[in-house]
Amino acid sequence: MTYLKPLFRHPKLPKNKLGYTLKEYEGTISTLCAGCGHDSISATIVQACFELSIEPHLVAKISGIGCSSKTPAYFLGNSHGFNSVHGRMPSVATGANLANKNMVYFGVSGDGDTASIGMGQFVHVIRKNLNMVYIVMNNGCYGLTKGQDSATADVGSASKSGHINPFQPVDLASLAVELGATFVAQSFSGDKQQLVPLIKAAIQHKGLAFINVMSPCVTFNNNPGSTKSYDYVREHMQATGTLDFVPEREAIKAEYAAGTDTAVSLHDGTVMRLHKLAPEWNPEDRLSAVNAMQQARAKNEILTGLLYINTEFGDLHDILNTSDGAFNTLGEKALCPGEEQLQAINASLR
Amino acid sequence: MKPTDTRNPEYYHKVVDCQYACPAHTPVPEYIRKIAAEKYTEAYMINWESNVFPGILGRTCDRPCEPACRRGRVEEEPVAICRLKRVAADNKGDVQSLMPQGPFSPNGKKIALIGGGPASLSVARDLAPLGYEIHLFDEQIAGGGMMRSQIPAFRLPEEVLNEEVGYILNLGIHTQFMTYVESLKEVLEKDYDAIFVGTGAPRGRDLPKLPGRKEADAHIHIGIEWLAGVAFEHIDKIGKKVIVLGGGNTAMDCCRTSRRLGGESVKVVVRSPFKDMKASPWEKEDAMHEDIEIFDNHVPLSFEVENGKLTGMKFQRVKAVYDDAGKRKLLPTGEPDVFIEADEVLIAIGQENSFPWIERDLGLKFDEWNMPEVDKVTFQSTHPKVFFGGDAAFGPENVITAVAHGHQAAVSIHLFCQGKDITKRPAPYTKLFSTKMGIHEWSYDSPVTIDQRYLVPQAEKSVTLLDRRKEVELGFDLPTGYKEAQRCLNCDVQTDFTADRCIECDACMDICPTSCITFTTNEEDEDQLRQKLLVPATDKTQDILVSENLKTGRVMVKDEDVCLHCGLCAERCPTSAWDMQQFFYSVTKAENI
Repeated sequence: MTYLKPLFRHPKLPKNKLGYTLKEYEGTISTLCAGCGHDSISATIVQACFELSIEPHLVAKISGIGCSSKTPAYFLGNSHGFNSVHGRMPSVATGANLANKNMVYFGVSGDGDTASIGMGQFVHVIRKNLNMVYIVMNNGCYGLTKGQDSATADVGSASKSGHINPFQPVDLASLAVELGATFVAQSFSGDKQQLVPLIKAAIQHKGLAFINVMSPCVTFNNNPGSTKSYDYVREHMQATGTLDFVPEREAIKAEYAAGTDTAVSLHDGTVMRLHKLAPEWNPEDRLSAVNAMQQARAKNEILTGLLYINTEFGDLHDILNTSDGAFNTLGEKALCPGEEQLQAINASLR
Repeated sequence: MKPTDTRNPEYYHKVVDCQYACPAHTPVPEYIRKIAAEKYTEAYMINWESNVFPGILGRTCDRPCEPACRRGRVEEEPVAICRLKRVAADNKGDVQSLMPQGPFSPNGKKIALIGGGPASLSVARDLAPLGYEIHLFDEQIAGGGMMRSQIPAFRLPEEVLNEEVGYILNLGIHTQFMTYVESLKEVLEKDYDAIFVGTGAPRGRDLPKLPGRKEADAHIHIGIEWLAGVAFEHIDKIGKKVIVLGGGNTAMDCCRTSRRLGGESVKVVVRSPFKDMKASPWEKEDAMHEDIEIFDNHVPLSFEVENGKLTGMKFQRVKAVYDDAGKRKLLPTGEPDVFIEADEVLIAIGQENSFPWIERDLGLKFDEWNMPEVDKVTFQSTHPKVFFGGDAAFGPENVITAVAHGHQAAVSIHLFCQGKDITKRPAPYTKLFSTKMGIHEWSYDSPVTIDQRYLVPQAEKSVTLLDRRKEVELGFDLPTGYKEAQRCLNCDVQTDFTADRCIECDACMDICPTSCITFTTNEEDEDQLRQKLLVPATDKTQDILVSENLKTGRVMVKDEDVCLHCGLCAERCPTSAWDMQQFFYSVTKAENI
């Protein structure tokens, strides 16, 4: 039997600007079910970080509980990680981010971890616009406890045992836009061509970048009647547009039908080029985004791609006007200014 | 591109690089697994069926399989396939009882084999069990041909040779040793149904025009003749200072044998640069280990003679210059000529065919180079009854090629004697079956070890140089043999893909350690498709596996180049669209027609 990934890699594996290959971004071998959508998302994160030449030690992966929250073990093995409490990933991420703002933060969560137990945290981390990539691996069921319907399961969706879900789903992307998230996207684990540039854009975006990824549970929710199966998602996917970076890659692979082009400048100077498929939709206009999502829902479509982006609104550090450096660069004197300072603060509060 | 037809046996055969490269197509991974399982007898018999001389080849094979080995493409060194074969031969149990048991009921046909080397012996082994009456003629005292006369005993002990030649001769072959066939016409006049010529390339090249050649003749010997003289004990000593001319394996055997017969200062002098020498790298290493100096880029100018006695040789210094086509020219460097002292000189600069005993008016055509016209597939000459094989057919090659020729010639002879069309060749025998035993369990060792190639231990130089019969290589001991066997990547366990089961979850693509698998849109042009893979498939000697169209209209494309056959694609596949299927391929022998 094999349960170790062989150490050999393709001798001609491409290298990025740091001289690293994909191998430096991989994690340990996945223990999720064979064919799990989550593994594809892990591979996509690996690919995106590789392509952006991110130093692995400058990444922190923070997760809650669930199949999705196990995945940080399976990507970026040379990065930092914190597998936290159920639904409490945003709190831990907030603490880490406040201590060191110079890292890339991946918050990895699932539909249970976000839309049920972690709903409160989800709502507030969006309000605070914490600079992180918040990925929900959304499979519409509780895979770790044998596939009960989750809060994102569509009404009328059938489980593997034939049970029909009677409840309305939580639409995480709509909710995120409603709450003022500054980057909202939706995608599908089986569409790397879309997901890789989305994750790259999310990393570049300053502020909370939320990506809701349909990620089929191959064991408990890939049956006919399910609205989160590979076949259903593929049939009902409708992309808002294709996304690419200039000058990261010059040509857009023409797999989608033609539309119009829009350029969005990110805070670090990167230009994100959007090839829009829906001409009336404007990703920088909240109303337009909400409209597009509601229309898609009415047509039983799963709208994918970038849905909404706001590059104006500052992140949590801007809002709180925190110090420039990370804690670990400030030195003891700045971090512990001494008795006198403490007395002064206390006095100002009296 | 059109979907790959994996049901064509040659597709999966080509994936098994070692087997594909082997002229006899020995099922290498199959016998290596047997060695790892301590089933040495079975491993030996798989070899014996395919290459007839496992013990001999396990010591002396030219190993075309090893440069082809996939392992060499993912790390430094290929699996030591050849020496693992020896492990099987050294540790086997009773094999005689597993071989065809005579006496065989006669089928009324008579065959003559001329020459007793590997080609003829392979024909004999394949045809004897079918009831042919086989007469083997050889000028030497015993069977084996060049394996006996040219391969020194310190590389191939006589017992090993005798044993494996014996297995064949014991099948009821009528041998006539010490018999030089002087006329093919006379043989044809006897009532043989077919004649096989396996007389090798018996003439060593000379340097007849080099100044001093005649005067110094007593101290100059032709390499292969001299080696035969040593093997048959006509020669037992040589001068202290020896020059060996030539850079092939015969030159290596000559210099190493010289060291054992009294040569103290033995120098190999070769025209070409060291890296271009024809000798196998390991033979060069072994020679240098025995204090033999190799002088490359030296072209012989003359034999120097003083008072009728050889004193040495003069050489011109040259350098190799390659033109754009890679063709080599040796240009003088202008440095002064070099004189090297010598008491004796061995000329090992190649050998050639010679058929003085074949009359030219028998209807057997010869070409402009005085070589018989022989069909490359059937091995039939232009005389329908006469077949050729081994070095005699197309010039000097090696033992394993001769064996492969022998198998095919035997097929032809068998078809011919039955009055059948010999151009209709039998299809190979193949099997393909799943190795799946459980969720993470396969019937082969799928984990890939990272061990580097193990060295074969050698006996001390101080011992081996004193006795020309003392075998230098000791062979792997069993624990090392096991570890070396585990380096095999099991390339015969194929990644078999069924498109209509695939749900395109990408799990295989994500897990594949060597990035072999890509899901993409198809292209008409193969080169374009090769460029679209995760890592472009630039090695066109390796095939790509293209699936039928998938649901999304894409195809799965797998580059076979550096696939580790680790089975992770199949383990991560939720629908068993991937399966690890063991592929067995065997060249059909005369016996199985």
